[in-house]
Amino acid sequence: MAEEKELILLIEDEPQMRRFLRITLESQGYRLVEAATAREGLMQAATRNPDVVLLDLGLPDLDGLEVTGKLREWTQTPIIVISAREQEHDKVRTLDAGADDYLTKPFNAGELLARIRVALRHAALRNTDAGEPVFTLHNLRVDMGERRVFVGDEEVHLTPLEYKLLTTLIRHAGKVITHRQLLREVWGPAYVDEVQYLRVYMTQLRHKLEADPTRPRFLMNEPGIGYRLKYDPEG
Amino acid sequence: MEERRPDPDVLLKQAQREEERKREGTLKIFFGAAPGVGKTFAMLEAAQAKRAEGLDVVVGYVETHGRPDTEALLEGLERLPRRSVDYRGKQLPEFDLDAALARKPTLILVDELAHTNVPVSRHKKRWQDVTELLEAGINVYTTVNVQHLESINDVVHRITGVVVRETLPDSILDRADEIELIDLPPDDLLQRLREGKVYVPELAASAVENFFRKGNLIALRELALRRTAERVDEQMQLYRRDQGIRSIWPAADRILVCVGYNPRSIRLIHAARRLAAGLRTEWIAVHVEAPSRVRPSESDKKRLADHMRLAESLGAESATLTGGTISEEILTYARSRNVNKIIVGKPTHARWKDKLFGSPLDELVRGSGDIDVYVTSGDVEEPHRHPETKTSRRSWRKREWLWSVLIVLSCTAVAALMSPYVDRVDLAMVYLLGVVITASKTSTWPSLFAALLGVAAFDVFFVPPYYTFAVNDVKYFFTFAAMFIVSVVISRLTLRVRRQAEASRMRERRTAYLYNLSRDLAREREVERLSEIAVKHMGEVFDSEVAVLIADEQKRLTPTAISPGLVAPGQQELSVAQWVLEHHQPAGFGTDTLPGAKALYLPLIASAGTVGVVGISPKKPQDAFDPEQFHYLEAYANQTAMAMERAFLVEEAHGALLKAERESLRNTLLSSISHDLRTPLTAITGAVSTLLQNDVAIEQSGRLELLHTIHEEAERLNRIIKNILDMSRLESGAITVNKEWQSLEEIVGVVLNRLGDRLNDHPLTMRLPRTLPLIAFDGLLIEQVFMNLFENAIKYTPKGTPLELSASEAFFIVTVELADRGPGIPPGEEEHIFEKFVRGRASGGGVGLGLTICRTIINAHGGKVWAENRPGGGAVFRFTLPATGLPPMPKREEVLEVQ
Repeated sequence: MAEEKELILLIEDEPQMRRFLRITLESQGYRLVEAATAREGLMQAATRNPDVVLLDLGLPDLDGLEVTGKLREWTQTPIIVISAREQEHDKVRTLDAGADDYLTKPFNAGELLARIRVALRHAALRNTDAGEPVFTLHNLRVDMGERRVFVGDEEVHLTPLEYKLLTTLIRHAGKVITHRQLLREVWGPAYVDEVQYLRVYMTQLRHKLEADPTRPRFLMNEPGIGYRLKYDPEG
Repeated sequence: MEERRPDPDVLLKQAQREEERKREGTLKIFFGAAPGVGKTFAMLEAAQAKRAEGLDVVVGYVETHGRPDTEALLEGLERLPRRSVDYRGKQLPEFDLDAALARKPTLILVDELAHTNVPVSRHKKRWQDVTELLEAGINVYTTVNVQHLESINDVVHRITGVVVRETLPDSILDRADEIELIDLPPDDLLQRLREGKVYVPELAASAVENFFRKGNLIALRELALRRTAERVDEQMQLYRRDQGIRSIWPAADRILVCVGYNPRSIRLIHAARRLAAGLRTEWIAVHVEAPSRVRPSESDKKRLADHMRLAESLGAESATLTGGTISEEILTYARSRNVNKIIVGKPTHARWKDKLFGSPLDELVRGSGDIDVYVTSGDVEEPHRHPETKTSRRSWRKREWLWSVLIVLSCTAVAALMSPYVDRVDLAMVYLLGVVITASKTSTWPSLFAALLGVAAFDVFFVPPYYTFAVNDVKYFFTFAAMFIVSVVISRLTLRVRRQAEASRMRERRTAYLYNLSRDLAREREVERLSEIAVKHMGEVFDSEVAVLIADEQKRLTPTAISPGLVAPGQQELSVAQWVLEHHQPAGFGTDTLPGAKALYLPLIASAGTVGVVGISPKKPQDAFDPEQFHYLEAYANQTAMAMERAFLVEEAHGALLKAERESLRNTLLSSISHDLRTPLTAITGAVSTLLQNDVAIEQSGRLELLHTIHEEAERLNRIIKNILDMSRLESGAITVNKEWQSLEEIVGVVLNRLGDRLNDHPLTMRLPRTLPLIAFDGLLIEQVFMNLFENAIKYTPKGTPLELSASEAFFIVTVELADRGPGIPPGEEEHIFEKFVRGRASGGGVGLGLTICRTIINAHGGKVWAENRPGGGAVFRFTLPATGLPPMPKREEVLEVQ
């Protein structure tokens, strides 16, 4: 492999988890830096400048929110949070504080790798600062230059807010977006608590875009967190 | 033969008696006719014999009066040191009860049962000490002379002329297991007296001479013999009863004795007791609070209280009645209690009173019907009236007199205004009205005075010649006489009605108070609150300071509530309360036991024993509680005790239930966890160990299969653990319901996504109308509900079983149902399956928590979840969620036009 693979910083206190992640990630060719505490992790992040940070929420010295805050003071490196199920609240706060995505334990390797790919892709896009004008996913085609949306060959007519919601999701494709982030971006900062707007518009979008709105293929709900446009750059 | 069969009640009594006997010590009394007959001597001889048998005999208290032959008999017997009591500067030797209780011999000798203890002692009388010894299971030998017996105390007085103050209730004699009569002919006794062998400490020298006359001794000997004979007779009867031999006397008979303030009542009480003993019937001492009577003075009340207590100590039941006419009240009560003999005292008042006001005795006799009325004299000495009685009767308040004068004055004024218009005789009516008013406000004498004054005023102001008592016409004398008599009659009637009303009001109030207490007590469950209620009520009603003390398991008392401002009882008072707790009897202030205490202590007796003690001390220390108040206090204590017991039982039952629940829960949890966790773990460990074995060649497909197994089992393990954790968090309240506006469709979408391939074998039809409103619920929790319901449906129905999910809204309630065409739920189990750790028959490795979690979550959302069997086969699980209110919705938008 001529090309140098991306560097991943793993901040996790449990050795077994580190072992599992090391094997999984190294098998995929990623380079890995490990840290067992938040402080050590922050130091490694500053010195090694990783491409992605995997951050466990249950660290003994600092909580995930603090670590995210400190990292975001100086870097836009994608942060993927790893959390247990009962940490919903912390998860949302960390995402709102600038983390890019999350994984709930237990997760499988496929999920993990997909999240890393998405994160890396977004980081790359941010650097070039240019999205593709046409977004395609399954039979959905969104032409952002012309502001037109197609399902298969059929054009679908969206309201301005529906369209804005869809394009926001596309911009974060593959990543989770919290309710607050979505509401802020689509409706504005005054509407961050009006979750019901999202419910209504997401339902409308699904009915317009999904074949079976009760079994959505890409407009996914992440209960208690937000929404995700299911998208895997390589899958 | 039928008649010979013993009455079960009698047998029960017999059993109880024997039971008590077993626990208590036996009492033997050496009974004599007079001092000097040799009781102590006989007792010591018997004790020596017992000691020779090897019994643990201790001399508690024996007075030898220095007689050498008696002293000699003490030889070899262990003697309990006497307690030296400091009383008014003198050191008095006393029997040491506590030392005796601590020593706890098999048999103890305590001389002179009728002895009165030094006032600072625990009990007033030695017989009470003995009772305590018996209760502690110690056998007692004691001595007593006939003249000390309460029931014949007055007879002794009449025969000998000597007042014997140290008396003994007959009940203690009745209680004795054995009585040995120590008999000595009078001549021999007199001989011993002359030889100086008789020592009579309680009588003065002159009295001794008086007492030891031959005639007296013969009479006393007869009394002693008779009493012993009576006792033998009783034993005979007892034996008959014990053997189930039916008695020949009608058991329902009762004797009623009328008791009043008059000291002669004591004689009546003794007479009744003798009659009752002779007839072997129960007897009741009754006092009638007649409102028509002059209000009793304090000393009257105290005497009455003494009389009632005396009757009770002689074994009577006591009752106080209130009513208009004494005779009527007595007869009504007598009939209600099956009384067939009434004992009343001979009237001592002047005959004219009967003529004028009617004679209660006469009425009683006339109305008695089949009840015999015995009229007994209170002969010999006319009881000297206590001087304070008269003064107290005369102590009318000045205001009442003033009232009567004022009313007559106003009557005169009114009559003067009316005189030009009405006939002169009619003016007398105004005065009569005045008398009625006076009588309704004042007592007897002021109203009589008003009657007299009215007649005088009428004469002076309205009968010519005016302004003088002289009268022209003789006919006016008749007017005056008629006016006066009518006034007197009216005033008496008015007074009587008023007092009756007052008395019944008083009773009503007391009953109401008692009712209030029980009502308040019924509302509470906690011992502390119950105590506070009791303290508040008793404090108010009896104008006292109250403390409630509750016993713990070690029989230690702790105050649970105390009147505000009252300091917690000190060690001294606590020891009295402790005594009450241990003996289940009242003690302290106003009683014969430990009367030195500041408060009266009543046991809180519940069915299972004494739960605590209530201490009550009147705010005015001179006011002891009279028997009626005492009865009321006991009623209050009983109510409180019952409430306490209820509280204890509830607590106990609750505790036991909780414990049992926890216990069974833990067991179920342990057993199901160990099984359910082990199954997937075994599979995983097995698969992994196979994969790790390097020497075994496994084909690629086999490896993959093993890896799949590991993956599936790990997920199963994860689900089980998640359920257990969720349940524990739900139960401990660690999960808060975080309600947000949610779309049901969206949540179902999440669930179906999560289930993924697992649903492949179960074709699902869905009916989720688009008109369903947004509902406020916790998305994660409701997702869990759907998840569990779907997982159950997959688990408990065969492959290929179609599932139907539908939702509908009506009246702001959204009902969701998941139906299948599987085997359904066993009939009758529809509710049971929602309980913890209950699993279906074809359990595929769950802990049996899924539905319990569903129910907990749905309940927390204010909904309901239940299961039914479907007509045509299969089960349906339904849950509801309230869909009240609507969120503010964004404005409708137009579809974006293509540019």
